Amino acid sequence: MSRDVVILGVGMHPWGKWGRNFVEYGVKAARDALKDAGVAWRDVGFVSGAATMRCGYPGYVAGATFAQALGWQGAEVNTSYAACASGSQALAAARAKIQSGACDVALVVGADTTPKGFLAPQKGERPDDPDWVRFRLGITNPTYFALYARRRMEMFGDTQDDFALVKVKNAKHGFVNPNARYKKCFTAEDVAASAMVADPLRLMDICATSDGGAAVVIASETYARKLGVRNAVKIAAISTVTPTYASAVIEMPDLATDSGAVVEAHSFRAALPIKAYEEAGLGPKDISVAEVYDLSTALELDWMEDLQLCERGQAAQLVRDGVTTVGGRLPINPSGGLACFGEAVPAQALAQVCELTWQLRGQSGERQVANAKVGITANQGLFGHGSSVILKR
Amino acid sequence: MSTNENGEQKPRVPVLEGWFTHTDDKPHLLGTQCKGCGTYYFPKQTSYCKNPACDSEHFEVVELSRTGKVWSFTNACYQPPEPFVSPDPFVPYTIAAVELEKEKMIVLGQVISGVDVSDLKAGMEMELVLDTLFEDASSQKITWKWQPVANAQNSKGAKP
Ligand SMILES: [Zn+2]
Repeated sequence: MSRDVVILGVGMHPWGKWGRNFVEYGVKAARDALKDAGVAWRDVGFVSGAATMRCGYPGYVAGATFAQALGWQGAEVNTSYAACASGSQALAAARAKIQSGACDVALVVGADTTPKGFLAPQKGERPDDPDWVRFRLGITNPTYFALYARRRMEMFGDTQDDFALVKVKNAKHGFVNPNARYKKCFTAEDVAASAMVADPLRLMDICATSDGGAAVVIASETYARKLGVRNAVKIAAISTVTPTYASAVIEMPDLATDSGAVVEAHSFRAALPIKAYEEAGLGPKDISVAEVYDLSTALELDWMEDLQLCERGQAAQLVRDGVTTVGGRLPINPSGGLACFGEAVPAQALAQVCELTWQLRGQSGERQVANAKVGITANQGLFGHGSSVILKR
Repeated sequence: MSTNENGEQKPRVPVLEGWFTHTDDKPHLLGTQCKGCGTYYFPKQTSYCKNPACDSEHFEVVELSRTGKVWSFTNACYQPPEPFVSPDPFVPYTIAAVELEKEKMIVLGQVISGVDVSDLKAGMEMELVLDTLFEDASSQKITWKWQPVANAQNSKGAKP
């Protein structure tokens, strides 16, 4: 019997700064995904929620919160929290449930409502908390993104104009995505005119935080066949590996890397897709489209190399050549990426899966990647959380 | 203002206790070294070793190398949120990630004032110095900062 797990349906609530309850976004996305799947809510055996930490108790028990909002029907529930990888872990939990034979069809949901203004650490003197210490010393989130960006400039000769090209490319993609928050075809001049935040990164190089929701309905292939669904998009791999000691790259919120004096240092970002490729039995050459976590424009270039889609140091050249634009050989972030969405943490990894599903089905309209067969996602969050998911048709 | 309301010099107090030496003009960051495998930690690790191949629970406090090479650098153009304490108005500052050769570790820190992003390059030699992070009513809070070694030599050279 096949243990393949397929995606039956996907749905999203558009990203924005709507200021409403996160449950509303999650339920909208879930109902759309169920409708897309042709599955009745009462037939779902497992609800897997991605938690939000900013929306009180209902956010901590997101799986149950969404199940209740959709109408209690006796399904089993689960909630996952893994920072930016929360959606992938919720997806992994649902897939495992199906693979074990414990259920046939599962609903995975993530949604967030983000506060206004900057995220700041909690008050008080807390010298034991690395997050408190780094803010005390003046090290903010953009500091880390800027250090990575500058490292590219120093090592590979990337320029701020290259980073701006990434923004222009993603803006062009998001312009034709109805779920994107920012729908404007920004130009390189717009990026250059935006305020410098952390040299070399300007305001328009760095992603915002948003409200949004995404949901995925998955099932055993056997169940899909019973429904009469053939050639559904398959989940070929989900990697949620932790880093391997010692860290080679300085990671938020740390003030120092681990020491590589007695053990080899490893890059976490580069490790995430390795497990995914292994599990899928596929390689970088098989990839037709990727959705990567562009917290900054320059970070998209790092991800392209971490996913082994090109040699180290070559990513900017691919952008310059138009390879990563829809219509090019290897489109990156056809959704518009975080540049056009802004980050809605528990929904973001699922949003990547939604986009790839639409791409592999050929349902992406004006942003459709021609003949997309295999797609890969990548993201990374705090405390060793990250994920890479491979879908294939 | 580095004097208090009585016109006395404000004492210089480390902003974090036990994170760096501050008794002379050659400060060191204080880390630990595992007695089992020899790996280094900053900030100090004292409970158990994080090397998965090592089960040691014994550590020695060590002074880390006070010079290293620039890995990358940036600046802060906007005032960070609390607990950062900013002068009024906010003054942008430069930040460097410096690689220590012996410890094979990259350490972040502000760069001394007067050094701009355009003054730095990857691989440039830097050294650790102490400088004021902020002042409150009673004291100057000091922290570690990075300074280009070339700057230090130039300023020494300028002195009679
Ligand atoms: Zn050890």
